[in-house]
Amino acid sequence: MRIELERRPDVSKLFSILSPFIALGLTIFFGGIMFMLLGKDPVSALYSFFIEPLMEVWSLHELAIKAAPLILIAVGLSVCYRSNNWNIGAEGQFIMGAISGSILPVVFYEWHSPLVLPLMMVLGMLGGALFAGIPAFLKAHLNTNEILTSLMLVYVAQLFLDWLVRGPWRNPGGMNFPETRTFDASAILPEMIASGRAHWGFGFAIIAAILIWFMMRYTLKGFEITVLGQSERAGRFAGFSSRKMIWFSMLLSGALAGLAGIAEVSGAIQQLRPVISPGYGFTAIIVAFLGRLNPLGIVVAGLVLALTYLGGEAVQVSLQISDKPIRVFQGLLLFFVLSCDTLIHYKIRMMWYDLTKTTGEGAR
Amino acid sequence: MGIFEAILLTVITAATPLVLAAIGELVTERSGVLNLGVEGMMVMGAACAFIATQQTGSSYVGILAGIASGALFSLLFGFLTLTLVANQVATGLALTILGLGVSGMIGEAYVGQSGIKLPQIVFPFLSDIPFLGALLFKQDLIFYLSIALVAGVHWFLFRSRAGLKLRAVGDSHSSAHALGINVIRTRYLAVMFGGACAGLAGAQLSLVYTPQWAENMSAGRGWIALALVVFASWRPWRIVAGGYLFGAVSISQLYAQAFGIGIPSQFLSALPYLATIVVLILISHNRRTTLINTPAALGKSFVPDR
Repeated sequence: MRIELERRPDVSKLFSILSPFIALGLTIFFGGIMFMLLGKDPVSALYSFFIEPLMEVWSLHELAIKAAPLILIAVGLSVCYRSNNWNIGAEGQFIMGAISGSILPVVFYEWHSPLVLPLMMVLGMLGGALFAGIPAFLKAHLNTNEILTSLMLVYVAQLFLDWLVRGPWRNPGGMNFPETRTFDASAILPEMIASGRAHWGFGFAIIAAILIWFMMRYTLKGFEITVLGQSERAGRFAGFSSRKMIWFSMLLSGALAGLAGIAEVSGAIQQLRPVISPGYGFTAIIVAFLGRLNPLGIVVAGLVLALTYLGGEAVQVSLQISDKPIRVFQGLLLFFVLSCDTLIHYKIRMMWYDLTKTTGEGAR
Repeated sequence: MGIFEAILLTVITAATPLVLAAIGELVTERSGVLNLGVEGMMVMGAACAFIATQQTGSSYVGILAGIASGALFSLLFGFLTLTLVANQVATGLALTILGLGVSGMIGEAYVGQSGIKLPQIVFPFLSDIPFLGALLFKQDLIFYLSIALVAGVHWFLFRSRAGLKLRAVGDSHSSAHALGINVIRTRYLAVMFGGACAGLAGAQLSLVYTPQWAENMSAGRGWIALALVVFASWRPWRIVAGGYLFGAVSISQLYAQAFGIGIPSQFLSALPYLATIVVLILISHNRRTTLINTPAALGKSFVPDR
């Protein structure tokens, strides 16, 4: 059997919309098989993975808390990926944003003012943007591959955070635990609505998604991003600078990842610890692709991926299995998303017999 | 055995997985495919090699399991990027995420078990050579394989007809296709070779470097291997030089920690990653030489027109 691709004359509108859903369906199907192999009832496992977290008000709040960083980061990444800049170090920018935003509540903890919180957010964005500025500078001016440099910096950021919370920023009254002092009330991001824990990070995520969606759709900048991403040469003829685009997209995605970092720390954790992210920066890559690099699609995709985190925690309790299936789910999902995207540009034909056998190799 | 020899031995052990994963990725990239999933294939190899060794009691079965799992896992990447022409960068990332997840799941029951260390193969007489003997002729099978693979890949790429075809595919898939070379088949084989090597590198981690299984035990080595290929400007023997350089950097931080130099351990642990960045800058800041060395079709999908 052979599989052949035939390019469609036009991009398929139908599959542009359907492909993420097909991918999700396939992931759930194979996820069920995975639970069966683990010796669990697939229906009840999938139920507690995907449905149960949606049934209670408190868990909907948890969903919003987990979706916030994913959406914020993924929206920034979508601009990067559309312009063909492969920032995969958002996890590091998230951490550096969290660190630089925490300077105020950890180092200047005696300063209480309504200004603290906005300043923290700005510092967080600055920290993330500056950290993303390193691979941006290296790519734009020294021709260095941004994939590898941005990824290497993730490890550097993780180690830097580890050093801070064990060393200079350790809570003096914290029984030697590796964590900073807990933030003052004036440095904690408030809840959005009274019914639960979900903080303003989710609000930021929605606002960012709408703004970036508007930019991509209605502004010259958005057009510039798309053109440079599809053909650098065409962009040059239009007078767009790909070097400036590297800076723009990397700094933007870094700033959003940094905002996600400080919002998570200030809203959900309320102190710094050696590990502050269950891989949000990497999961956001999946979110970006599942949302088809469209900011509004990313909001939905962010909620879906947040659900896998919650569902993972739920099955840990209800089925006594580990949190490992979460990663497998997420990986499978990205795989199916990428393969279903082929349907948008190509028709797939299965060739059940090999033409070359009858016509000879030379005929091809 | 002196302290110097002991240090060099640890450098070799740290360098071998880097060399192995990088030489596989070099062949893949020479065929025009950028597989960013090295980290995922490596960690799968490590898990499968350890599990197979624990199940059968033979570390040689473990090595085979590592190689096979890496190759099979890379087929997934091949199917997506070659048959379905999915984006290579994104698919490579997916492979890494999936590999870390699956290996964590299947290896969970084996965490904390002490494994069997791969036995040494001692060459008679040669191993008695002072200094060099202990370093080069009293090693395990995977070390010998790593050197043989580098030599073999060098011969294959630059001395054999099939290697010439592979490089042609990597430089211009359309021309190669017009010449009657089966581009997709060549790339599938190259991707699987890369996967097998990454799996073997993983086996080295869980059978030699630290004979046990721990989640994420590849710790970014797959990514360093990717950087090594760039560092080596896609030439096999330079992989060895680069690999041993990186091995030395990662070992030096261990010794610096052991001797209690007044630098926080986290900064020392960051050294290999920072070194990778520095090396990448040094190698690629000259646009022209980079352009000459890089396989011209690297990362580009090929759909044969019929």
